[in-house]
Amino acid sequence: MSAVSYSQLVWVTLPEIALVVAALAVLACDGTVLRGAAIARRRGVAALLACVGSVAAMLLVGSGPASFHLPDGMLVMDGRTRVVQVALLVLTILTVLLSEAMLTPAAEGVAGGKTAFTHHIGEYFALLLFATVAVLFLVSTQNFLLIFLALEFLSLVLYILTGFDKQSQLSTEAALKYFLFGGISAAFLLFGISLIYGLSGSIDLSQIAVAALQPDPLWMIAIVMVVVGFGFKVAAAPFHLWAPDAYQGAPTISAGFVSSSSKVASFFIFAQVLTLGVFGAAGSGMWHGAAPGWVPVLCVVAALSLLLGNLAALVQTSLRRLLAYSAIGHAGYLLLAIIAHTPQSTSALLYYVFTYALTVLGAFGVLAALEAQGIDRIADVAGLSRRAPFLSACMLVFLLSLAGIPPLAGFFGKFWLFGTALNAAPQLGLFWLVMLAILMSVVALVYYLRVLKQIFVADVPANAGAIHSGLVTRVTLGVMAAATVVLGCDPGLLIRWVVR
Amino acid sequence: MLAWTIYLSFAGAAAVLLTPKSKPQVTRVVALLAALAGFGLAIAGTIAYEPGSIVTVAQVPWIPQLGIQYHLAADGISLVLLLLTGIAATAGILFSWNIENRVREFFAFYLALIGGVYGVFLSFDLFLLFVFYEVAIIPKYFLIAIWGSAPNGDTSKRTYAAMKLALYSFAGSALVLAGILAAWVVSGAKTFDMQVLAKYPFPVHFQMWAFPLVFVGFAVLAGLWPFHTWAPTGHAAAPTAASMLLAGVVMKLGAYGCLRVAMMLFPAGLGAWGFHVLGFGSWRDVFALLALVGIVYGASVALVQQDFKFVIGYSSVSHMGFVLLGLMTLSQIGLDGAVLQMFSHGVIAGLLFAVVGRMVYDRTHTRDLKILSTMHLGRTLPFVAVVFTLAAMASIGMPGFSGFIAEFQVIVGVWHTMPWMVFVVGFGILVGIGFTWRALTRAFFSDGKRATAAGPPEHGPLAAVTWPERCGSLLLLAATVTVGLYPQILMNLILPSLNSPLFAALRNGGWR
Repeated sequence: MSAVSYSQLVWVTLPEIALVVAALAVLACDGTVLRGAAIARRRGVAALLACVGSVAAMLLVGSGPASFHLPDGMLVMDGRTRVVQVALLVLTILTVLLSEAMLTPAAEGVAGGKTAFTHHIGEYFALLLFATVAVLFLVSTQNFLLIFLALEFLSLVLYILTGFDKQSQLSTEAALKYFLFGGISAAFLLFGISLIYGLSGSIDLSQIAVAALQPDPLWMIAIVMVVVGFGFKVAAAPFHLWAPDAYQGAPTISAGFVSSSSKVASFFIFAQVLTLGVFGAAGSGMWHGAAPGWVPVLCVVAALSLLLGNLAALVQTSLRRLLAYSAIGHAGYLLLAIIAHTPQSTSALLYYVFTYALTVLGAFGVLAALEAQGIDRIADVAGLSRRAPFLSACMLVFLLSLAGIPPLAGFFGKFWLFGTALNAAPQLGLFWLVMLAILMSVVALVYYLRVLKQIFVADVPANAGAIHSGLVTRVTLGVMAAATVVLGCDPGLLIRWVVR
Repeated sequence: MLAWTIYLSFAGAAAVLLTPKSKPQVTRVVALLAALAGFGLAIAGTIAYEPGSIVTVAQVPWIPQLGIQYHLAADGISLVLLLLTGIAATAGILFSWNIENRVREFFAFYLALIGGVYGVFLSFDLFLLFVFYEVAIIPKYFLIAIWGSAPNGDTSKRTYAAMKLALYSFAGSALVLAGILAAWVVSGAKTFDMQVLAKYPFPVHFQMWAFPLVFVGFAVLAGLWPFHTWAPTGHAAAPTAASMLLAGVVMKLGAYGCLRVAMMLFPAGLGAWGFHVLGFGSWRDVFALLALVGIVYGASVALVQQDFKFVIGYSSVSHMGFVLLGLMTLSQIGLDGAVLQMFSHGVIAGLLFAVVGRMVYDRTHTRDLKILSTMHLGRTLPFVAVVFTLAAMASIGMPGFSGFIAEFQVIVGVWHTMPWMVFVVGFGILVGIGFTWRALTRAFFSDGKRATAAGPPEHGPLAAVTWPERCGSLLLLAATVTVGLYPQILMNLILPSLNSPLFAALRNGGWR
């Protein structure tokens, strides 16, 4: 084992260092200079610092070493990892920009309207940046120990972000639930990792891959433990129980971050672990030729997620719970790409999860802008297209993209994902699962259309006035909606980055 | 040039959103200009068309990693349907001149729908075709759910109908998507180009299940019995222009998909199974029978409807049965008849819905034939009565109108291939004459003796027929009469295209 010099280590972790510096700067600024300033001012400065830090990190990722591989797979960088890191940083910037809507002390005199949900502005943005550090580490390692550490680091920050609204009982409950389930899932994951370490004598994915070629019943137990652990993280049924409560209770932007950034990183590393680490124990999920391995396990998890997520979303009355169940359904679609485990399917996975993160963050952004008016239930958005035409148009784009309607990004994501999944197994072996996914996307249209029906069709309730939203929020949402349309019309813009 | 039909429609949709809210007249004129431009382009394209050829409008790589091209092209069959779309779009705008509520959004959704329809008829890449096919779904939903007719202020029916229509369309397209993906994988995951795939020798056992999957997926939108139930409710609940488009062109999307995708790519799926179940020996027998049931069932149900709009709605199911039956004859004359019937029904159904929805309902505010029969509409609205009489004559297949030559060819095709069905079709036509006659006499020429005891309901003098309505009616009547008197103008487009290499596999697989 060759030693790593500290200068090299600093060199390859510069983006993360930049983010930590930015986070500390946010804390320092907010705690000293701006101590007595107005919330809007503090928010502006903190957001600016966070954005500067993220942009700096992005430049460092772009200009840093194109590829390196520290011993034991501690830190691994290649073209695709860089793309994922840049995407995660973009999501962080968008999250920071959308926070404006949540931290505006305006909306006075609106019945049920909320003021800024917290006064701890600095801490909030610092935590967002710390979470970004965690996801950056998570995607750039192929070492089980670091994967676990990064995952726990990320979870810890997300628990705090979920419970950040201290006045809200729901928020506290959500954080507690998230924490308990997360703790259990971490135990499962750690148990699986320890079994794998015992079997292979290594925590490096590439060395584990060699050992996993020898089939052993104990491998299956270890892999199932790992799948359970990650299943919690990506909110796949039947490990999804924390998601609806966390999405509903958490401050909207925190929920947006959980459903976008954290999802991208978790799915990427989940795919890495299974396709790099235990590729040899894949087995097969074909209808007529199932073979034991992690693929049939994932097939069951995917089928359950598709069914439960989409069917349960039909009966939701809270917009955020609806998005939570739809997220479970989308986890099912994404698992299809891991089940296919071909090089092309990983590209399709990345395309899908990037566009999904973009649209779902957009949807949460719209909700955040509306929350200032006390809007949470589906019934509350009645006639929104007359009260807030711009926000409604953005919501239309985001929800239709989630439903997979062309020419939006979500449609091509689904198309490519289904295509690669069908192409992966010989003789259309995965047709049953793809067909299920396609049929569930029909179900999904029902609940997205129900929301859109309220927004565009229902009459404006009496005594409801126009809804105003901040300029930054509107510009950000407009850019995101435009990106959703552009990526759908010309998917090649993103494809060439995610294809290795 | 033809590609601009699509671009202009979408550009028009964006343009009407930018018109000032306070001047709805400007919005209407802009929308009309966009539709007229599309119509003009379709005519120009037809004039420049060399019969039998395939005009490539655009062919550039779109997503090369998956072999997807932006490939727009047209043959004679596409052109016929482009013409139909142009006519129906223009007439639809003329008949929605009286929309006052959220005018800009209405025409934006309307033109977006038209753009999607043009796109489907011009796509020669499966992926592209599917994209346009789905683009057309969402505007339909909003057109019905927002501007649909709400008798007595009850909006639940129209939202129900809109959701039903969207779900049927989307479920159908889900089957199509599965079939398209499977075809892509089986052919080596290299291309979605229909000109290439039409020549690809798909294994017969694959075609045997891919064909019914894709055919049913498209046929849902063509009103194939028993998947037709979205059609009457959707037609009845939709605003006039949307009913005209639904019956006029959207149902044709389904029929076109059946022919262009299911039959052209998987012709062996129509071949014999090699065994018989309940007397059925192939998918062709199954779908022919379903189409036949649709003809008779639609006509019979239309015969007993009290709601004027439902009469027309079920008549659409019946007439679309002719299209599907014509396709299943697998003979040149039958297929020619089917395509002609697509055009003919598009124009005639558009006219019938215009009369019922715009000219009658918007004035009398009732669609109940019992109440209408007390109003002496034949005297108060003579123009409307004349239009409806002519449309009814076209609908029942009187010679001189387009319906005659289309249905006649279908029947000849059926006679050659499945002779016993002709008698059932004949019965269906008789029932068709029955319900058309009943609707005509009840609505317009009733003597009012069967009026309810309470006497005719109170209503003020009916508004006069406006110019846009006259223009729209004349446009549609001119189309059906022209084709009826001189069907060659369309047949010269259709027949050479049916003999083109694209359909070679279909012709070789038992063309009669």
